[in-house]
Amino acid sequence: MILLNGQHTEIGPGETVATALGRLGLEVHARGVAVAVDGEVVPRAAWETFALAQDARVEVLTAMQGG
Amino acid sequence: MGDSLSGLPLAQASGAEGEEDSLTIAGRTLRSRLLLGTGGFPSLELMADAIAASGSELVTVALRRVGVGADAGHRSSLIDVLAEAGVQLLPNTAGCFTARDAVLTAKLAREAFATDWIKLEVIGDEDTLLPDAPELLRAAEELVDEGFVVLPYTTDDPVLARRLVDVGCAAVMPLGSPIGSGMGIRNPYNIALIRRAVDVPVVLDAGVGTASDAALAMELGCDAVMAASAISRAQDPVAMAAAMRAAVRAGRLARGAGRIPRRTYATASTPEQGLAEFT
Repeated sequence: MILLNGQHTEIGPGETVATALGRLGLEVHARGVAVAVDGEVVPRAAWETFALAQDARVEVLTAMQGG
Repeated sequence: MGDSLSGLPLAQASGAEGEEDSLTIAGRTLRSRLLLGTGGFPSLELMADAIAASGSELVTVALRRVGVGADAGHRSSLIDVLAEAGVQLLPNTAGCFTARDAVLTAKLAREAFATDWIKLEVIGDEDTLLPDAPELLRAAEELVDEGFVVLPYTTDDPVLARRLVDVGCAAVMPLGSPIGSGMGIRNPYNIALIRRAVDVPVVLDAGVGTASDAALAMELGCDAVMAASAISRAQDPVAMAAAMRAAVRAGRLARGAGRIPRRTYATASTPEQGLAEFT
């Protein structure tokens, strides 16, 4: 179980940031997206290798209109 | 208002007559002195039209969770629309209440948008959305150390503005009045003092309600104006974008022209010499 953008989400063994992105309907190379795990930035280059631990807090952010 | 708010420095604004009156922030040259916020537009189409009408080259975007509120497809198209408009993105840290959150948001924005420019907002109060000065200064210092080009949204306090520049901010963005209030510039004396207190661009941010507010900001010596709600929530955003563009230019020209001093009594504009005596 991880917290993916505030939603409790069951994950299987070996899931990475990249597979979590897939759960949100995003491609691995999605433009304008950034990821933080447990309050630390995970660089784009590490998305496919960064393994998610149980109870990880994953924030997947993108552009929104704002002042 | 006395001399402290009028005219000067002429040299600084002398290029205002030509089209080459560009603004430079952190070594990057911008032809437009109007920054645009993308929040509040009812549609991306209107936003794109307003950007074109404004002439702005630097527009803000926020970072929010994928898949919350509007659908993800809509948001990725925001990036596409802005890319098509040919503008530079200025990500903000809107919604952050601590230096820690603002720094992390800035780092995420750098990752998402491949820019190290950040409009730093650290809010201290939900009702007024006024900046939290100690947290703002702390975040600014840390982000400068991390190599960011930091443009902090700050109060209209000349001392805080100077402190922000001392830690390395590339510009300061003092508020005219609270965000989205449309109250204009409530303390023009402080805005003029900030212009004198720092040697980086001063961008009037927040509070602009209509074109005259933008013109006043430029007359006070600001180097640029940021408008968001004033344009996006106007009844006709595209027309207001054009109005803001003209106002920024008019204010800039007036600043360079050097206004007359204010007087209590009249000064005749027609000479008395040669006046007829009828009785």
